Amino acid sequence: MDGLFAPLKPVPPGLRPVLGILCFVLFFLGWGIVTYGGFVQPLFLASPGETLLKGGELFVEYGFAGDVLVTVWRVFAGFALAALLAVPLGILMGAFKPVEAFFSGFVSFARYLPASAFIPLLILWAGVGELQKILVIFIGSVFQIVIMIAVIVGSVRTDLVEAAYTLGASRRGVVLRVLLPAAAPQMAESLRLVLGWAWTYVIVAELVGASAGIGHMIIEAQRFLDTGQMIFGIFIIGMIGLITDVLFQAANARLFPWAKGR
Amino acid sequence: MSRLSIRGIEKTFPGRRRAAPTRALEPTDLEVRDNDFITILGPSGCGKSTLLRVVAGLETPTAGTVTLDGRPVTRPGPDRGMVFQSYTLFPWLSVRDNVCFGLRERGVPRAEQLAIADRYLAQVGLKGFENHQPSQLSGGMQQRTALARALANDPGVLLLDEPFGALDHQTRELMQELLLGIWEQHRKTVLFVTHDIDEAIFMASRVVVMSARPGRIKCDIAIDLPHPRSYKVKTSAAFAAYKERLTEEIRVETIKTLNMEA
Ligand SMILES: Nc1ncnc2c1ncn2[C@@H]1O[C@H](COP(=O)(O)OP(=O)(O)O)[C@@H](O)[C@H]1O
Ligand SMILES: [Mg+2]
Repeated sequence: MDGLFAPLKPVPPGLRPVLGILCFVLFFLGWGIVTYGGFVQPLFLASPGETLLKGGELFVEYGFAGDVLVTVWRVFAGFALAALLAVPLGILMGAFKPVEAFFSGFVSFARYLPASAFIPLLILWAGVGELQKILVIFIGSVFQIVIMIAVIVGSVRTDLVEAAYTLGASRRGVVLRVLLPAAAPQMAESLRLVLGWAWTYVIVAELVGASAGIGHMIIEAQRFLDTGQMIFGIFIIGMIGLITDVLFQAANARLFPWAKGR
Repeated sequence: MSRLSIRGIEKTFPGRRRAAPTRALEPTDLEVRDNDFITILGPSGCGKSTLLRVVAGLETPTAGTVTLDGRPVTRPGPDRGMVFQSYTLFPWLSVRDNVCFGLRERGVPRAEQLAIADRYLAQVGLKGFENHQPSQLSGGMQQRTALARALANDPGVLLLDEPFGALDHQTRELMQELLLGIWEQHRKTVLFVTHDIDEAIFMASRVVVMSARPGRIKCDIAIDLPHPRSYKVKTSAAFAAYKERLTEEIRVETIKTLNMEA
């Protein structure tokens, strides 16, 4: 036991998944004790079994799969749009200091504007359709991505850049064949982080003026005080988040094997 | 014919945040003839790297000019290959592609790149490691790859900034022999920075001693040891005589450096 808790000491490989699963087990155990033990009224917190039951009902009777798909689509559309704009801009800012000087003040300011505060404005501008939902995610993600990419590209080891110059690389060569590959693993990692945040914006967007989506279902469930459905909805978001995160990590590990353990 | 000509090069780094500016180099002159192997010896912080970086075109001098075959040096280029003290292989490229980097930047056809890369890799004793990743190599192997990478461009001048400084003593001696062998074969013009006296004498045709900061050239000693040199020359009487003289010269400067810091 003593050896396990030395700072920064790695966990034995077999123990890692065991600990991870143990956390989930304890979580469900605690939830079960609180609900089945009657410490909390079912009105406020449904039991794990009840939640699962409601989940099945949602899928079978209320077409919840459609809601999930709609939400997933919104997240990815908004996120992809943001990345499409923010990644090139971030790269330019990281590589070229005048571009950074021009944008960084504004982006830092815009980064603190909460995406949810834009919802009323966006409804005014874009209505309550898909575009508005996607724009919420776009606004929530785009500035975060820009800042993170700019910092990552800007902190590529200067000695690698200098080595490239002494080997005859042009400025363009340095950007394309040194800065980009050197920064790529961390850029992918930062996109993974921001994608996680995008999920929080989409639900907020769907709580207002939506006719489909996980967030919309949760609001509907609230009207009937159906905590089982509400919890199941939240749970599904967590599950999708976990799955995309694992896929994203696996893709990064595959694309950038040389960056392992850095 | 004088290949590399350093005339009146001086460098003062502006002080950061109201700190006093650092005068790194007093006006320095050095004529480097074709096929010279010059080692630059001096206590740490005396401006050796600064001088080399000016020649590489990575640092702009405060005054003075560097000309290579009559053309002034204004920026880094493949005609002056450099090996740094830090490991600067591109971690996302294989050993072979690292060596191909400069050739590729200059638009050499791929087949030719590969032929050249494999030839230089064989020369630095890395046959069989072409497909390894830099992270799989020891420090000595990484520096040999960096040497092959610089040589692949067939530069007129090879600049080496304490390339073996981070290696253990035994590896270091083998690397010196390897580099000397390559020089004896190709007769490149070499500027080699070090603070190791044995290293300086063993490889040099001339040893240039620099004074404590601000650096200037204190003396310039021709090394008349026969070629090809083997490690056995290090125990010869002539070697010992050079060593005694240089030890005196360097000792004085190191004491000055220590007093400066006190
Ligand atoms: N970019 C820089 N900005 C400010 N001072 C520098 C910079 N580079 C080097 N110096 C200073 O110049 C002096 C000479 O440095 P350097 O050429 O690296 O010495 P050496 O290679 O001989 O150890 C040192 O005092 C160092 O602190
Ligand atoms: Mg140095």
